[in-house]
This record gives sequence, C-alpha cells and structure tokens, in this order.
Amino acid sequence: MAAEKKKLRVATASLAGCFGCHMSLLDIDERIVALLELVELDRTPLTDLKRVGPCDLGIVEGGLCNAENVHVLQAFRKNCKVLVALGACAVNGGLPAQRNHLDIRDCLQTVYLTGHRVRRGFIPNDPELPLPLDKVHPLHDVVRIDYFLPGCPPPADAIWQFLTDLIAGRTPQLGHGLIHYD
Amino acid sequence: MSRDLGGILARHRNDPTRLVQILRDVMEADGWISPPAITALADGLGLPRARVEGVAGFYAFFATEPRGRYRVLFSDNITDEMAGSVELRQRLLDAFHVRLGEVSRDGLVSIDVTSCTGLCDQGPALLVNGRAIPRLTHARIGAIAAMIRGGAPLTEWPDNLFEIHEHVERQDVLVTTPFAPGEALGAALARGPEATLGEVERSLLRGRGGAGFPTGQKWRLCREAPGERYVVCNADEGEPGTFKDRFLLARHADLVLEGMTVAAFAVGAQKGLLYLRAEYPFLLPGLEAALARRRREGLLGERIRGAEGFDFDIEIHVGAGAYVCGEESALLSSLEGERGIPRNRPPYPVTHGYLQRPTAVNNVETLAKAALVARHGADWLRSRGTGRSTGTKLLSVSGDVARPGIYEYPFGVAVKQVLEDAGARRVQAVQVGGPSGTLLAHNELERRIAFEDVPCAGAFMVFDESRDMIDVLHNFARFFAHESCGFCTPCRVGTTLERQMLSRITSGKGTRKDVKDLGHVARLMKAASHCGLGTTAGNAVLDAFAKFKPSFDRRLASLDVLPVFDLDESLAEAREVTGRDDVGAHFPEEP
Repeated sequence: MAAEKKKLRVATASLAGCFGCHMSLLDIDERIVALLELVELDRTPLTDLKRVGPCDLGIVEGGLCNAENVHVLQAFRKNCKVLVALGACAVNGGLPAQRNHLDIRDCLQTVYLTGHRVRRGFIPNDPELPLPLDKVHPLHDVVRIDYFLPGCPPPADAIWQFLTDLIAGRTPQLGHGLIHYD
Repeated sequence: MSRDLGGILARHRNDPTRLVQILRDVMEADGWISPPAITALADGLGLPRARVEGVAGFYAFFATEPRGRYRVLFSDNITDEMAGSVELRQRLLDAFHVRLGEVSRDGLVSIDVTSCTGLCDQGPALLVNGRAIPRLTHARIGAIAAMIRGGAPLTEWPDNLFEIHEHVERQDVLVTTPFAPGEALGAALARGPEATLGEVERSLLRGRGGAGFPTGQKWRLCREAPGERYVVCNADEGEPGTFKDRFLLARHADLVLEGMTVAAFAVGAQKGLLYLRAEYPFLLPGLEAALARRRREGLLGERIRGAEGFDFDIEIHVGAGAYVCGEESALLSSLEGERGIPRNRPPYPVTHGYLQRPTAVNNVETLAKAALVARHGADWLRSRGTGRSTGTKLLSVSGDVARPGIYEYPFGVAVKQVLEDAGARRVQAVQVGGPSGTLLAHNELERRIAFEDVPCAGAFMVFDESRDMIDVLHNFARFFAHESCGFCTPCRVGTTLERQMLSRITSGKGTRKDVKDLGHVARLMKAASHCGLGTTAGNAVLDAFAKFKPSFDRRLASLDVLPVFDLDESLAEAREVTGRDDVGAHFPEEP
C-alpha cells in the first residue's frame, strides 16, 4: 500500500490588488473540494492567518504599492519554495501602477489637503499605517518569482489547470484560451 | 514659425513624398518644428495632421519641442566614449549649466547625445546644428563654448573645426585602379544592357551593405519586373563604427554615381535616388558638384553619352537621423516622406520598392564595385577574394589601434592581419560589422573576413585588454534601444529591457537573474522581431555570454534576486510629506 501523499501547504495573499484574482480562484466552484484534498492552507484571506509559515507554494495577487506589501512579499519568498505572481497587477503592476506618472507627494497633498471640499485636512501619519512607495512595482522587481500567471483576472480554468499541474509535479502548461492579458 | 513656410513648400512642389526633406528645411529655418508649422504643412501638402506629426516625431534630428539656438549632439558610439567623449561632454554641460537633453534657460544652447556619427577614426565627434566637428579636445570644446556664448553664426566659426580627414591606411584595387568618369558607362554601352548585367552576374559581386545578396540577381529581378524602375543608392551608413561610405563619397563620388548610372542602364531605370545619412552634410556640396559636372559632361540627363533612349538622373535625399533607415524597405518609406518603418517582405523592393515600383537598392560600395566590373569585366573582380566572396572589402578600423582609418583588403583576410596592419596591441576583442555583427575574442583572430566565415559590412572596432566588455555591451544596448523604430513589440520592448538590465549590471546592481533574462530577451528578439534591427540587437550579448562570461559574473551584486530599486529611498517622499521617521517608516538594511 502506498503511503498517503503529503498534502501541499499553500499560502496566498492579495497585495496592491482588488481581490479579483482570489475571486477567480473561488470560481473553480466545486473543484475546490477536490483541491482541498490535495492542499492544506497556511496564511490566506480564507483562513485569516496573519503570518506565513513554511509552505510549498505561495500565490500572490497584486503589485507593491506600500511598505507592508514589500514585507509580506519578502516573508512569502522566505517561506515558500515556489512563488507565483497571480494576475496583471502582480505581473506588471496593473491598474494601481497608473499612478506611476504622478508624484506621490502631490497625490497625498491633493487627497488630504488641497482637494475639492477638503476641510481642515491633514496627511495621515500614524506609525500603524504603511507608507506608500513612490512608484507601484510588479513583484519580480523585489524578489525572485517562479511562475507568472497573467490575466485580469486569470480565468478560473487557468488557475485550476496551473494548480493541478503544479501539484502533480508537471511543468504547468496553459493551452489555448487559458492565457490572456486583459 | 518660419515666415518662409510657403517658400519651403513651393521649393518642394508641395509634394508629400518630400516630407522628410521639407521638415529638414523647417528645422534649418526655425530650429524646431512647432505645432502651427505642422498644421500649416499638413494643409499645404494635403496630408492628415497626424501624418506630419508622426514623421516629425520619428526622426532623431527633428525636434517637436523648442531646442537651443545652438543644438549640440555628441556622438555616443563606444569609440567616442573610449576617446574621452563623456568628460568633454560634461565640460560643455558645465560651461552652460545645463543637463543632458535640456535647453539652457536663455534658449541659447541644448546639449544631447546622438548615435554614432561615422567619425570613429577621428573621434570624439559632435554635431552642432547638423554640422560635424571631429577630433574633440578640451581646447576645441573651450573654443566651441566661446563661440556659442558669443552667438557667432556657424558660418563664422573657423573652417578647420569642421575639417574631416580621410585616412586611407591600406589600398587595394578599388582605391588604386585609375578611373576616369564615363569609362564604365562607355564599356557598358558598348556591351549593351543584357551583357552588362551578365558581366555583373558572372563577377559574383555581392552586396557590401551587410546582407551580401548577389547584385546581379537583384538587378535581373528588377529588370524583369514591369513598370517604371528606380535605382537607389543606400548611403545611410548608420552601423556604429562604419565610415567607409563616407570615404567613398568624399574621394570616389564619380565611381559611385557612375555605378548608379550603370545600374540604371542594366535594369532600365530613368531615375536614381541617393539617400545620404543626415550625419554627413559635409559630403553634400561635393556630391552636388559631381552631379552638376556629370550633367554637363553628358553622363547624366537625357541621351547619356549620346545613347538614344538612355535617360537617367540622380537626386539626393538627406535622412534625418534614423539607423533603421539603413534597412532598405525603411529607407524607401523614408524616401517617400514617411516614418522609416520597415515593410513586410515579400514583396521585395525589386518588384515593389520606391512608390511600389521595381527598385534596385544598393550600397555605396557595391555600386562603386559595379562600375569597375562594368569597366574591367567580371574576371577583374574575381581575381581577388575567395570563392564565394569575390573582390575586396573596405573596412573602417577604429578603437584601440595606432592607425584608425580605411583599409581595403581582398576578402578572406585574417582578422589578425588587419589588427597587425592597424597597430593593435593586447587585443581583447574585435566587434566586426558593428553592434549588429560578430564579437570575436582574442582566440579567434585567425578567422577571416568573408561571407564564408565572418561577414562584415565595414565596421571593425578593436578593444584592448584595458576595456570592460560589459561597458561595450551597455553602449550597444543604448544604441539599439534608441534606434528601435517601435513598430514591433519584441524589438521595442526587448531593446529597452536589454538596456535596463545592462545598466543595472554596469552599475553593480545586477544579479544572476538579470543575466538569465538578458539571454532570454536576446533570443526572443532574434526569433520574433520584424526586421534586422531587432533580430541582430541581441547578437553582441549572446556572443559575449559565450566568450566573456566572467566579465558578467564579476559585475554582479548577487547570485540571487535583489530589488531593482532602492526600497528605503522609495519611501523618502512619503516620509517627508507625513513627517514620519519611525521604524515602520524605513526598510531595515538587510531584509
């Protein structure tokens, strides 16, 4: 009798993203039951664990827009054997990176001080709050990324195909219709 | 805006195919191409405004924002860099308190860089309002700064500043065979067009511009294509390190023009166009004079040398600073007044070239050789060179050599021989054929210049052991990123990625991942680009991977991945605007 296969430990996070990629993950519908036979979850929005532990696989949605994003990503890289950039923002910076042609100082001043109908404004400076980076970056600007899964969001079938390939030990291959960039 | 816009348009007969020439005249008159000028040109030419703006924005020598009254462009070839151009450039920038690419506050001067200006044997060089100044020294820069400050018009600058020298260090049959204008035409007329074409075919003459396509075959395909035919001379010598066409057009203009006329006779063309690169305006007076003389002597115009029905004339078009226009189909687009974007091939220019008509596009050197083949016969060419590379080749030798200049050798010459003749010592590498060519290491110097082994369009840049090859690659990467025409994604994005990764590596922030990605991008560009610019833009990188691997490794900051930007610095602005300086407002030194 073969020994029971060890379950893969998986962590996920959404950084400067919109959780759309996580929603797309949930779109695998009833296949999530089969997936949970194969994996166990570490830090993810589903478990609400706050710290990532040693994992086989880390899946990160969203790019890097503030200091906390960078800390989380670095912790993922330290703990995960394989790290995946999931979706357009993680891969390229995506929608949040549209602010990159603006000056962050002007942004903060406009929003909190000088903007339309702002009265007695001030720029939040609580040490609890992470500071924004001057530019939004894709994940691979800071750590090594093993796989990139494009799409806004990547379709559920692509995520399913990718995960099942990876879990089975095959190099993930996304066929026709599963890779798109919008 | 120039009050003379109407005059400029009239001089060009309001012909939209002359748009590049028209914009050159506007630049000359106004120093830049203003939005009202673009609107007026569009109206005058009956073109959509976006077309005119698109062309004005495409070429490096057209400015769509105000520039200084003196526009200084430093040649940025690696040979200029090696000769000290960076320091000289900084000196001029300091003299006017401007930064690279900026206009001084009083609008007097703007200083920037441009791709290789073809003066590598007498660099560092610069262009001021389009005029070339070679052999820059601190003294020359001081003199230039003084004249700019004094507001002296360029015509009052001392002539010796603009003198271009031609150093012929080794001659062979192209340079030494005596030639009197009209000789080759006389021989061609006596033989007839078919036999002349046959002679060129039998000579096995191959194109000297890089690709090495058989000239006779090109001419025959053109001759057999129906319609009004054209002969085009490609004098857009843009490959960094190449200046042999400059020499030919300066010293042997008649031979080149006669080659065009022989080509016209063989293919049955009535009109010829010579596309001269914008960096060589100093050749223009001599070429125009040669054309006028040839017209007077009955070597151009109607009934050439009295032959009934043999009418042919040549017009010179001047480019506007775009390397990609050296690619023949981009050159044709530029001749038609468009952006210099390479066309889909097939159909090839021999059937659908200038104005979609059959066109023979040949390199300057090829045409000079063709004239001599017409005069002396196929066997004359075949008596030199190798089996598949007949005749001789002009090399433009520059870099770490005692005697830079023009060297003519029979094909098959060993690289080592050239190095010895040019006085190169402690050679580390030779870049043959320019950045798009082949990088040879010190253990390959027995290899030979020929289509069978190392092909060469003319550039021969030598690097001695004191040079860091990664700096050389970085220079090449800047060149390709600047010159990519932007039409296809692999090249547009790939050349910029290549430049960014090499910048990181040269500044000591590169990682093993950059090196890996660099190879991936180079191979992708080679496989997927639209034209030769993209397919060759990674050549030097791939060659260097194979031959200079340790040069990469020793410049890397880490074998793993590091952030590509300074993490803590990226929070600086937010720290300042929030007034925070707590622990959470910083990244720790070591993550």
